[in-house]
Amino acid sequence: MSEKWEDYKGHVPLVAPNNKRRIDVIIIGSGLAGASAAASLGELGYNVKCFTFHDSPRRAHSIAAQGGINAAKNYRNDGDSVYRLFYDTIKGGDYRAREANVHRLAEVSAHIIDQCVAQGVPFAREYGGLLDNRSFGGTQVSRTFYARGQTGQQLLIGAYQALSRQVKLGTVKMYNRHEMLDVVLVDGQCRGIIARNLLTGELERHSAHAVVLCTGGYGNVFYLSTNAMLSNTTAAWRAHRRGAFFGNPCFTQIHPTCIPVSGEYQSKLTLMSESLRNDGRCWVPKNPADRLKDPREIAEADRDYYLERRYPAFGNLVPRDIASRAAKVACDEGLGVGKSGLAVYLDFADAIKRKGRATVEAAYGNLFEMYEKITGENPYEMPMRIYPAVHYTMGGLWVDYELMTTIPGLYACGEANFSDHGANRLGASALMQGLADGYFVLPYTIGAYLSREIRTGEIPTNTPEFDAAEKEVRERIARLRGIGGKQSAESFHRRLGKIMWDKCGMARNAKGLEQAIKEIRDLRAEFWRDVFVPGSDAEYNPELEKAWRVADFMELGELMCQDALHRNESCGGHFREEYQTEDGEAKRDDVNYMYVAAWEWKGEGEQAALHKEPLEYEEVKVTQRSYK
Amino acid sequence: MRLTLKIWRQGGQYKGEYVTYQLPDVNPDMSFLEMLDVLNEQLISQREDPVAFEHDCREGICGTCSLVINGRPHGPMKGTTTCQVHMRHYHDGDTIVIEPFRAQAFPVVKDLVVDRSAFDRIIQAGGYVSVNTGQAQDANAIPIEKETASRAFDAAACIGCGACVAACPNASAMLFTSAKISHLALLPQGQVERQKRVLAMVAQMDKEGFGKCSNVTACEAECPKEISVENIARMNREYLAAVFASEKEMA
Repeated sequence: MSEKWEDYKGHVPLVAPNNKRRIDVIIIGSGLAGASAAASLGELGYNVKCFTFHDSPRRAHSIAAQGGINAAKNYRNDGDSVYRLFYDTIKGGDYRAREANVHRLAEVSAHIIDQCVAQGVPFAREYGGLLDNRSFGGTQVSRTFYARGQTGQQLLIGAYQALSRQVKLGTVKMYNRHEMLDVVLVDGQCRGIIARNLLTGELERHSAHAVVLCTGGYGNVFYLSTNAMLSNTTAAWRAHRRGAFFGNPCFTQIHPTCIPVSGEYQSKLTLMSESLRNDGRCWVPKNPADRLKDPREIAEADRDYYLERRYPAFGNLVPRDIASRAAKVACDEGLGVGKSGLAVYLDFADAIKRKGRATVEAAYGNLFEMYEKITGENPYEMPMRIYPAVHYTMGGLWVDYELMTTIPGLYACGEANFSDHGANRLGASALMQGLADGYFVLPYTIGAYLSREIRTGEIPTNTPEFDAAEKEVRERIARLRGIGGKQSAESFHRRLGKIMWDKCGMARNAKGLEQAIKEIRDLRAEFWRDVFVPGSDAEYNPELEKAWRVADFMELGELMCQDALHRNESCGGHFREEYQTEDGEAKRDDVNYMYVAAWEWKGEGEQAALHKEPLEYEEVKVTQRSYK
Repeated sequence: MRLTLKIWRQGGQYKGEYVTYQLPDVNPDMSFLEMLDVLNEQLISQREDPVAFEHDCREGICGTCSLVINGRPHGPMKGTTTCQVHMRHYHDGDTIVIEPFRAQAFPVVKDLVVDRSAFDRIIQAGGYVSVNTGQAQDANAIPIEKETASRAFDAAACIGCGACVAACPNASAMLFTSAKISHLALLPQGQVERQKRVLAMVAQMDKEGFGKCSNVTACEAECPKEISVENIARMNREYLAAVFASEKEMA
């Protein structure tokens, strides 16, 4: 298994340079996965078209990642290795990820850092001029490379610059302000897309020998999440409806350290980087009566540092799913702080005393500033109040080892696929995976498919298949605009989010999930009866875009609940209340559920069909995950 | 609190005019964009065309949001994007004037949305290190002094929002362009293409129709990432050095 990738690279069919010029590839999305894939395929000589709904590829939400990117460089001499990164990722994912993919990810991780440094990404450095590292949750080594609290921004700008260079060289053509609304299949193969020009409303047909979806995750199904406002599932969901299986849709990451909700008008939640848990200590008062008291006046003896107490080996640096759940348990016991009772403290007083304010400021200054801007409170003086929020989706389009979906010629990279993080993602691994897929995996694996396409020639778009796909898109837009009801798309999205968070969020149970499925069906019926979409379809119309996306979210939300309901075990971020150990930890069922659930679309209102990909562990011994 | 908004509307039924709206009940903990969300919900419920404005991450990093608020790009607070401005900085009864970023090189798309694709073309002209995937040596083979890396980061922190252009009376893009020139000129990786880069990027900047710099430095004052005008000075030096070097080559 550990030689699989080397072996694969040595034998995968290649496409000769003169043939690459005759092959078209469409990339949807321009975040870390999309920009790196588009740039790398352009460098190889393919004709690339890259689509983004943003006004510029640099706006993709990868830009908001704060903390860092993992790589098995072992620059600290602290015992890191490819195997250890591989092992930590498999264990962190609670033994629900595919071994071979994760091993490959660990292998290429070191090259990512090399590539980004060569592009000029200004990573943090030590006084000797060499790269600095920090620790993240779920590991006992320091392997996280970072650029202040803006690692995602700097990595994305690096990929954007590489992409811009290819645009200048003419190998990549950018389609900004374009949204993919369908994939087009010809004889079962993916042969192109229907895209809407968001400025004019025109529908466009684009053909290609392969299409790659790098469209990110679907956390916005919960309405409130740390995702950007426009992040959506539409491209992935449209592909699913055309036959691409959806893998483990219920595996959602709830990030433990976010700024709590402050009111009904709230549009999104803001993450406070996991790196804060290097120095911040999580606690709640032991006595419910102290909930609203000034935390600085609560004596040490009256505080419960619940992570340090429950998980002494990892303390505040336990993985995200465990930290989130522990915060929820504390709040459920009535110990949550602040007006809403849905918050815990993240306290830096000890770190400031031990290291000095200047050191703390150098490490976290921009995060503290962001916290103060949003809440109006100064975290140097007052412990932060934090609460878990939806952050990332481990589930996504099912892909094989080559990152191809179940539709031949359609690929999925980065957060859009399901492959590497199992039931829980470790911190600083999303950036790693997005760039691994785009820079170092897809450029090899897509050749295996495209080597069979060298005789195909240019694919025409004036065919019945493109006609039919465009007609369907046109009709759906007309249907949305024709309802003329009373409620905004936003209001439906908000209601969907509440159902999902209450019943398919941090803790789930069969009864709640059954109820949620019913509520979502009712909500969907109401949407198609009463939504109001202002404006026309022949102009810049963000409300129309939103309505389409919310309609797709409602279908996905139901599938997530189905998936959560069928998985009668707890693992990683999927916590079914019926399946827990005596001390409240997730209780897996490896005999019955050690598989990837890949769901097949069977039509509107029809039950999706379940396919199981068994997970076999050759290298790692499967045990109960313990951070004690 | 109660607010009066005077918003620039352009496109659709509006030829280009200020339209006044009343918001009776604004919560001080709302962000500025959440306040506009509330306005749009109100307009949609009255079957009116909502105000178009751009936004995405709402964390101050994607650079999508813009707006000139009471005459200032990104509003009243230093080093802050519009999405991070909260209504607690306003008072009951205030009137707020909201306009798009204005510059010849940023044509209005609709209402408060402008086209900033000129910035992409400036980067495409040379804002990169020409290294293909797979060509890199080990990352620690290029030691960089901590202080130098930190200064390069300061320049690289630019989010490409265009506030510098909107703030400048000449609508100059010198701060944006110089931030990228500085980021790469300060690092060893950027040395090989250093002269070619500055010539190409400045030429593209001029071609896009941005104005000249006359050292007003409003760009630095309004930049949400507090990018320093030192970068402009550095770009001017880089540009002159490159011009003389290219003349020497020709001679």
